[in-house]
Amino acid sequence: MISFRVNGKAVNLEVDPAMPLLWALRENLQLTGTKYGCGMAQCGACTVHIDGEAVRSCVAPVSRVAGREVTTIEGISPDLTHPLQRAWIELDVPQCGYCQSGQIMSAAVLLREKPHPTDEEIDEAMTGNICRCGTYPRIRRAIHRAADMMAERGAK
Amino acid sequence: MSPTAIERREFLKVTMGAGGGLLIGFYLPVGNEAQAAMPAAVFAPNAFVRIAPDETVTVVVNHSEMGQGVYTSLPMLLADELDADWTKVRFEPAPVDPVYNHPVYGVQMTGGSTSTWSGFEQFRKAGAVARAVLVAAAAQQWNVEAEKCRTEKGFVIGQGAGQRVSYGALATKAALLKPPEQVALKDPKDFQLIGKPLKRLDTREKTNGKAVFGLDVNLPGMLVAVVARPPVFGAKVKTFDGAKASAITGVRKVVEVPSGVAVIADGFWAAKRGRDALQIEWDEGAMADFSSRSQREQYAALARQDGLQARKEGDAASALAGAGKKIEAVYEVPYLSHAMMEPLNCVVDLRADSCEIWTGTQFQTGDRMAAAQISGLKPEQVQIHTTLLGGGFGRRANPNADFVGEAVHVAKAAGKPVKVIWTREDDMRGGYYRPAYYHALAGCLDANGAPLAWSHHIVGQSIIEGTPFAMMIKNGIDETSVEGASDLPYAIPNISVQYHPTKNGVPVLWWRSVGHSHNAFVKESFFDELCAAGGKDPYQTRRALLANHPRERGVLDIVAEKSGWGKPLPAGRGRGIAVHASFESFAAHVAEVSVDENGKVRVHRVVCAVDCGRYVNPGIIEAQIEGAAIFGITAALFDELTFDKGRLQQSNFHDYPMLRINETPEIEVHVVRNEEKPGGIGEPGVPCAAPAVGNAIFAATGKRVRKLPMRMAEAV
Repeated sequence: MISFRVNGKAVNLEVDPAMPLLWALRENLQLTGTKYGCGMAQCGACTVHIDGEAVRSCVAPVSRVAGREVTTIEGISPDLTHPLQRAWIELDVPQCGYCQSGQIMSAAVLLREKPHPTDEEIDEAMTGNICRCGTYPRIRRAIHRAADMMAERGAK
Repeated sequence: MSPTAIERREFLKVTMGAGGGLLIGFYLPVGNEAQAAMPAAVFAPNAFVRIAPDETVTVVVNHSEMGQGVYTSLPMLLADELDADWTKVRFEPAPVDPVYNHPVYGVQMTGGSTSTWSGFEQFRKAGAVARAVLVAAAAQQWNVEAEKCRTEKGFVIGQGAGQRVSYGALATKAALLKPPEQVALKDPKDFQLIGKPLKRLDTREKTNGKAVFGLDVNLPGMLVAVVARPPVFGAKVKTFDGAKASAITGVRKVVEVPSGVAVIADGFWAAKRGRDALQIEWDEGAMADFSSRSQREQYAALARQDGLQARKEGDAASALAGAGKKIEAVYEVPYLSHAMMEPLNCVVDLRADSCEIWTGTQFQTGDRMAAAQISGLKPEQVQIHTTLLGGGFGRRANPNADFVGEAVHVAKAAGKPVKVIWTREDDMRGGYYRPAYYHALAGCLDANGAPLAWSHHIVGQSIIEGTPFAMMIKNGIDETSVEGASDLPYAIPNISVQYHPTKNGVPVLWWRSVGHSHNAFVKESFFDELCAAGGKDPYQTRRALLANHPRERGVLDIVAEKSGWGKPLPAGRGRGIAVHASFESFAAHVAEVSVDENGKVRVHRVVCAVDCGRYVNPGIIEAQIEGAAIFGITAALFDELTFDKGRLQQSNFHDYPMLRINETPEIEVHVVRNEEKPGGIGEPGVPCAAPAVGNAIFAATGKRVRKLPMRMAEAV
């Protein structure tokens, strides 16, 4: 039995401890917003937060999260109010949309650590996330936009 | 059960319980050959639009959403003619049914950058019909003439006091009226939505994890299968031992299927572990010795012979034998994987009298036919729930229905609903690639340095040979192999384009921009070589020889102006230009590039212009052109699939890389506004990227790269 918290809720799973967290989330917990893309930490589609850090869940064994807090795209806000979600919507970032959960989860950690990231800092934080549709120019703009929204909110 | 399916069933129940809503159906023109090949349609009322008493306008979209924006652009067409309140408009994927066939292709499919232009009249007409019925219903209610009523943002408004009624309030009444056969469409100057950069309707669900792709579908009691497919194309299972696989906790069944051996388990992880534990002996067949190296030699030999004449103007051979300055070049492009972010997958619930399929497909008709044949059911017993596609690029429009047909075979063995998941490696090694091509070119210049002759030999596999689309092959020439080359637009007096179709066991398929994906690279690069040989400016020379092609010239002029063509650049940088027509649209790029001391190519900036005629949503067009440039640069700089001893040598993103955000250039898109016939937009942005980058490398370094992916070590 592996016990951890996902998006604030306690869960107990009876699964192979070596199974990647990705499949526990997707199949055992029906949290399908986290995507499978490569299975070898190459594309970032499976990015989630473990205790606030961005992790590629396709290579993280589920045993690794025992006793820890996992946040997935479903838990980032209850109602699309996270500044990244608002910026993504404002700038119409997604095309096919498949990679976008992972993009947003990576960007969320970036903005927490660097509230006003430069283009170079965005490059560094987001290089692990592939978008085959090529939404990168909009992802860059949306991260800057979200940073502005957070600053506006902080100023109020 | 997927949320989509639940929502649809609940919706139907709700509307029926409420005494109906408005259903507007009409028949599409039919009668092309592909349609005739399909089983006769049973009579079924069909709907492109549904208006509910709660004011929701649901537009049923018969094209698959793979990022190109059809779940927004097609509803815009309908909503404009309906005079709907855009905030009330929703989309819903169409079920598989002949009434949803592509009006040009005659089958239900998404491809060829045709969705918006082929739906332009279709969706507008559907909206106009709905509007006419709503007006008639209101006129009846007020006992006035319909001509005295107008519509605005979801309301019918009469001339009398208080005559204002919402579409939702009219829905039940309107449902009883007979829709008119003929309706007038708006004068384009009256468009309210068409032509505006409205926000996409599918963005919210794509930013909170709620969007349902095929891989996200979960049915009660569903099993998951992973299939061991042959290591060499065409290989067959000789014997296999599934004992170790079966011993893994969670594995339910190990079964041979036509494509290999399927391991069916409670979930992906057990199925994958089971698959990896299989011991299979393969009869490797004719492709066991296949290698990219030997293929290249074979293609080079073919290119020296006469091929099928795809275009002939003047006498290129005589001109080339003349006195003018002559240059020759060989260009090569590799097999490519579509590498959609969502690997292939398919869910099948097979029962005695039904087969329900959930998948992200671009070709519902073909998949339905295959599923019917494999299951022994009638086509109408096969239902397809088209989910969102995590990228398509052509891979999900397979005339052989590979990923759907296989899943039906697995479902027969599973005895329960089953989801077949392809790993990234399975997806990359599963075939249906952009074919590799070998191009041999020769050209010569007249005394003034202007191009006098152009000879182009194209060697490679036909995509449609051996498929139901083979009827499109004319005189042995598959248009999809020569498109973008045989229609060379430049005014050169002597032109010869020849095609040498080849056959081998590597499955090939359309890959975003199809023939244009390689022919534009070759055509625009070699044209640049002729310009250089004649000492001419590549922009001005193109311009001069495109005098009869105003739309190519138009986009060319835009990118030249916006990129600052001819103006100085920082040291080490070069600009390259390319222009190409494809899918009834016209695109041009200027790329700005530098090459570092290690030979690494960096694309700094790309200026794009596109003319797709009258457009629906310029915001979506801009996004498509940005993404297409990145797709094209990825192929230009990084990707190739190669074979040795029949085995593909690449498997995942570490050896088949994608352009990443840190490598992404600044991209600027200019969309031409005009009233020409609408053209495609999903693909036309891809072809110019590689030649613009290659021409920029030449401008920066004086070296020409004639082989993709571009490696400076191979530059000449």
